[in-house]
Amino acid sequence: MDTHSSDAARPVLEAPDIARALTRIAHEIVERAKGADDVVLLGIPTRGVFLARRLGDKLEEITGGKIPVGSLDITMYRDDLRMRPARALARTDIPADGVDGRLVVLVDDVLFSGRTIRAALDALGDIGRPRAVQLAILVDRGHRELPIRADYVGKNLPTSLRETVKVQLAEEDGRDTVLLGLKKPDPGEPAPAGER
Amino acid sequence: MLRLTGASPRTPGHLISAADLTRDDAVLILDTAEEMARVADRPIKKLPTLRGRTVVNLFFEDSTRTRISFEAAAKRLSADVINFSAKGSSVSKGESLKDTALTLEAMGADAVVIRHGSSGAPYRLANSGWIDGAVINAGDGTHEHPTQALLDAFTMRRRLVGADAGIGRDLEGRRITIVGDILHSRVARSNVLLLHTLGAEVTLVAPPTLLPIGVEKWPCEVSYDLDQVLPKSDAVMMLRVQRERMNAAFFPTEREYSRRYGLDGERMARMPDNSIVMHPGPMNRGMEITAEVADSDRCTAVEQVANGVSTRMAVLYLLLGGNEPAVTHSRASSATEESK
Repeated sequence: MDTHSSDAARPVLEAPDIARALTRIAHEIVERAKGADDVVLLGIPTRGVFLARRLGDKLEEITGGKIPVGSLDITMYRDDLRMRPARALARTDIPADGVDGRLVVLVDDVLFSGRTIRAALDALGDIGRPRAVQLAILVDRGHRELPIRADYVGKNLPTSLRETVKVQLAEEDGRDTVLLGLKKPDPGEPAPAGER
Repeated sequence: MLRLTGASPRTPGHLISAADLTRDDAVLILDTAEEMARVADRPIKKLPTLRGRTVVNLFFEDSTRTRISFEAAAKRLSADVINFSAKGSSVSKGESLKDTALTLEAMGADAVVIRHGSSGAPYRLANSGWIDGAVINAGDGTHEHPTQALLDAFTMRRRLVGADAGIGRDLEGRRITIVGDILHSRVARSNVLLLHTLGAEVTLVAPPTLLPIGVEKWPCEVSYDLDQVLPKSDAVMMLRVQRERMNAAFFPTEREYSRRYGLDGERMARMPDNSIVMHPGPMNRGMEITAEVADSDRCTAVEQVANGVSTRMAVLYLLLGGNEPAVTHSRASSATEESK
C-alpha cells in the first residue's frame, strides 16, 4: 500500500492472528467436509493464492492426505471491466484432477462487495462442475452488493465505506498483517464498487 | 489506460505497426497470450470478456488463415464477429475505403481488423477520424503484419525459453534467422522490428534480388549464405516463396532457389540442438522447405497456428477489454484528436 494511507492505517490482525485464523478455518473445513477427502482449494490472485497454499499445508497436516491447491484468475469475468483500463491477467492453475465432483473451497483475502466471488463462480462454471462450492475468507468487512456469504471467516471486521482494508502477506509484502486505514479523499472518482 | 501506445503516440489504441510496441507492451501481450493459451485446454474454450463488442474482419485481400484466426480469437472472447470481404461486396462495385469505414462505423464496430493490399491502409483508417473503433493491422501490402510477428515471438519464447519460465521475459540474445523473400514480406519486416525490440539478434538471408532497398538501415544483419548462418541460429524462419509475386525474374529457377535457400534435413542437422524451424504458412513443400523438415518435431508451423489464436485473443483483450479506446461515441474525442 502506498505511503499516504499507510500513515493512518493501523493493524487489526498480526501474523499470529492470521496463522490462528487459518488453522481454525482448516479445522472447520475438515469438520464440515467430514475429512476433506475431495477438497480442492482455489485461491483468487494475488493474495488468495498464498492463503490457499497456507490452508492447504494446514489441511495436509491435519488430514495427512494430499490437498490439491490451485489458483483462479477472475479478471476476464469481472463486471467492471469496462470501467477501467484493461488489466494484466493473473495465472489460472487448476489442479490436474480438475474440479468435477469435488468440493471446491474458494479462498480470498477480503470479502467486500461480493462481486469478485460472483466472477469466481462464473469462472468456475467454465472449468468444471464441482460437487459444491464454499468460500473461505480471511477478513469479511461487510457491505455486500450481492447475495453472497462466506462459509469460513478468519475475522469479521465491521467497517465504514470510508475505510480501507489491506491484507499484507509475507509472500508478497514481506510481512503478515491486516491494516485498517482511511480512504484517500479522491474527488471525481466514484467509489470503486468491485474493489475492496 | 492500457492502450498499447508504445513508441508511436500517433496510433494510440490501435495496433498498426510492430514498431509501435515498446518492449514492455510486447512482453505484456506475450504474457497475456500465455494465459489465453490455457483457455484452449479447458472444456469450455470461451471467455465472456468481450460480450457485446463487435469485431469486423475487413479483408480486401484473400487470407483465410489470418481471418479465421482472428475470427476464432474474437469468438473465444465472446465478441460478435462480422466478416467483410472485398470480393462480391460493395468494394467490388467501386466503394472507397472511406465509405466502407463509415458503413462499419454506422454498424457499431468496436474493432476493425483490416487486411489490405496497399501499405498504409490501416494507418489511414486509424487516423482518418472515419471510425472510433480500434484498428488492428492484419497485413497491409508489403508493409507490416504485427500480429504475425507477435505470434512468432510467442512461439519462440515458448520453445526457446519455456511457457512458464518465459513469463515476463523477452528474447534477449536469441539468434533468429529469417530466410526467403524479404522484399515482399510484411512478416519479415514486422518480425525484424519486434524481435529487435525484444532483444533478439536477427539475421536476414536472401538472394540480393529479394532484399528491399534500405535493408541496411534495418536493425538486423544480412547474409547471402544460409549454410554459414544456420549453425548460429536458435530459430530459423522460412518464408514462403510467393509465386503470385514472382512475375519478375528474382532468381533463375525454382530449383536453384531451393538448393541455395531451401531448408532440407541435411541443413537442419547442422542447426544447434533445441533450435526450431518456423514457417508462417502456407508452406510450399519442396520449395523453401522439404517435407522431412516440415514434418519434424522442430518445425513449429502447426503450433504457430494455435499460438496465433492465443496471441490475437491477447491483442483484442488488451485493446477492447478495458474502458474504451473503442466506443467513446464522440468522433472528435481522444484517439483521433491526439493524433493531430
